[in-house]
Amino acid sequence: MDFALTADQRLMQASIAGVLSRAAPLERVRAFADSGEAVATDVWAALTDLGVPGVLLGEAHGGLGLTLLDAALAAEALGEHAAPSPFLGSAVLAPLALTLAGSPAQQETWGPKLAAGEVTAGAAMHEAIAGARDGAGVTAKNRRLTGQTLFAIDAVGADILIVADTSGGLYLVEVRGPGVEIGALATIDGTRRFAEVRFEAAAGEPLGAAGDGAVLARLRDAAFVMLAADMLGASQAMLGKAVAYAKERRQFGRPIGSFQAVKHLCAEMAAELEPCRALIWYAAYAFEAVPAEAPLMAAHAKAHLGEISRFVARTATEVHGGIGFTDLLGLHFWFKRVGVDRQLLGGPEQVRAHAAAIQGLAPARRSVDA
Amino acid sequence: VLAWQALLIEHGYAGRTIPKAYGGFGAQPDILKSRIIAEEFTAARAPMGLAGQGVSMLIPTLLEMGAEAQKQQWIGPTLRGEVVWCQGYSEPGSGSDLASLTTRAVEDGDDFLINGQKIWTSTAAQADMIFCLVRTEPDAPRHAGISYLLFSMKTPGIEVRPLKTMTGRSEFNEVFFTDVRVPKSQIVGQRGEGWRVANATLKHERGMLGDPNAAEGRLAEIFDLMRAETVAGTRLIDNPVLRDRLMALQARVLAMKFNGLRVLTNQIAGESPGMAGLIVKLQGCELNHQLAAFAIDALGELGVLYDAGPHLRAHGVWQQRYMFDLGLIIGGGTAQIQKNIIAERGLGLPRETRGD
Repeated sequence: MDFALTADQRLMQASIAGVLSRAAPLERVRAFADSGEAVATDVWAALTDLGVPGVLLGEAHGGLGLTLLDAALAAEALGEHAAPSPFLGSAVLAPLALTLAGSPAQQETWGPKLAAGEVTAGAAMHEAIAGARDGAGVTAKNRRLTGQTLFAIDAVGADILIVADTSGGLYLVEVRGPGVEIGALATIDGTRRFAEVRFEAAAGEPLGAAGDGAVLARLRDAAFVMLAADMLGASQAMLGKAVAYAKERRQFGRPIGSFQAVKHLCAEMAAELEPCRALIWYAAYAFEAVPAEAPLMAAHAKAHLGEISRFVARTATEVHGGIGFTDLLGLHFWFKRVGVDRQLLGGPEQVRAHAAAIQGLAPARRSVDA
Repeated sequence: VLAWQALLIEHGYAGRTIPKAYGGFGAQPDILKSRIIAEEFTAARAPMGLAGQGVSMLIPTLLEMGAEAQKQQWIGPTLRGEVVWCQGYSEPGSGSDLASLTTRAVEDGDDFLINGQKIWTSTAAQADMIFCLVRTEPDAPRHAGISYLLFSMKTPGIEVRPLKTMTGRSEFNEVFFTDVRVPKSQIVGQRGEGWRVANATLKHERGMLGDPNAAEGRLAEIFDLMRAETVAGTRLIDNPVLRDRLMALQARVLAMKFNGLRVLTNQIAGESPGMAGLIVKLQGCELNHQLAAFAIDALGELGVLYDAGPHLRAHGVWQQRYMFDLGLIIGGGTAQIQKNIIAERGLGLPRETRGD
């Protein structure tokens, strides 16, 4: 038994962190948030140099052929830098959908382009996973999609979309075709774009046989693990900033970090956060290695990180005192990022209800708890 | 019990890594095998052998710091359960600030004469022997004035008084020393070195508290309880509010379990587990306490029944744990001391300003 990262994984972690430190410093994050840029193409290009877009795609299609744990390490690094880049849709959900359900022709057409970062993909499956809001939902008839979907991930600026219809079937849609309209949703998080997509008889190529929901369930589990990893990275960054500030900031003639009132806030953040790392590692590992446990582990990782990252976000802000509350410091980019991760595809209560359903303890909602 | 222990030692399930010369099984240290053995015993609900403070704290300390004669004399009988030990560390005036302890040991010929008081001494009433911190050099800086002594609890001048706690039981004692005469040769390590010797032991104690196996066991009991118990005909597990709390606790138990495996992997590789290890006592004890609190809430009014009597569930163990666990959160380094350790050693924050 080896419950640890491999040397290769640690190396990859360090490479991505290094690249993001250069490509996505706070000024770049701020510039993206303040602008109307659809995609931070420079950050995406830097990640593409490392092969991140193809992390889950097979080597035959120009990908790295790695595991969900490797993708989770990338997600953690992106969260740590609050990086303004496509990832969850383009580098995780679309590649997985193609791999799990795509025909050889679909894989051949899109795999290499996605792996090379030439094409980016969004994922529109909010209703099928988290339930419809405001009457949204996409229906499919004769390979034509109609309806609207909220909280589409990486859809702004994307070339293709992976769309789930209300019965759990998956479709690939080319954004530039007729009948597709992508509108931005203004969330608290400026570091990533979320969209509302409207389809009016838009052409949708089915991915796999229509709707037993099994592939959608795999995508849901992967998304849960990635969001948890993003929250872990972002929380670790906030803790790190709070600790650095507590060492440097002086009041009453000594560093505030020497006061137990402040020191204990930092210790509580670390104590809550550290076990999350092992939980996410296992949830990601189980996705491929222990499929029977994967849905439960993914759900717990998502719900638990939602709780812990909220605690860390508010506590790290408090440790900073007044400055923590300013726009200038920028801590709020991480605060808001985990705020979105927590709610996206279902908040903690909803995901815990799903965790109970998986164990036969609660009634299942068909699409969500498959 | 002694026969079971002998059987466990013979087969390498107890005293596994203790050298044969001292009465152990003599295996090479293998953290993974030890963990597998522990998990299998838990799963089979078989008693894991003697786990008193003699076995878990004194033996490792003697192996690390004891004189050869002390190892020969004490390890074997302790391991076989023939000698029961208690720990004399805390004093009424010295809790978190243990190094301020004032129990005096004054030289008198070849002996020390000991006067003072210890508290939180579990098993003192049953113990044959005590490993005890005393101040031998009152003029030395406080950490340098302490010695680590072994002596018989039958020595004249020792009085043990049970200390009844909020659980209604006396899990601990107070121990009073009046002119207790102990040969100087019964020091472990050098005179004045007791703080260093004791820290070797405390390290072993911290490893014992916050064990994720305990939390996993409790969670399984709560699942059973919530499936079996009904309120007005509805199973507890079908109450969505309770179910939500159960799921939140399950996530915490899983996180601590995997964190434990991560720590274990580090230990096997001979690496420091760092933060993942530092948080175990704080988070593990807190989680066990939360599990007990939740079980009481789930049981509703029946959760307040205690001791014995009609309608009592699980012998009142949830209330007993809920109260006793508060003692574990406080004992073995309080939660606040743990947070200091996490902040100072783990995060590198400046040390607390001290008044001494």
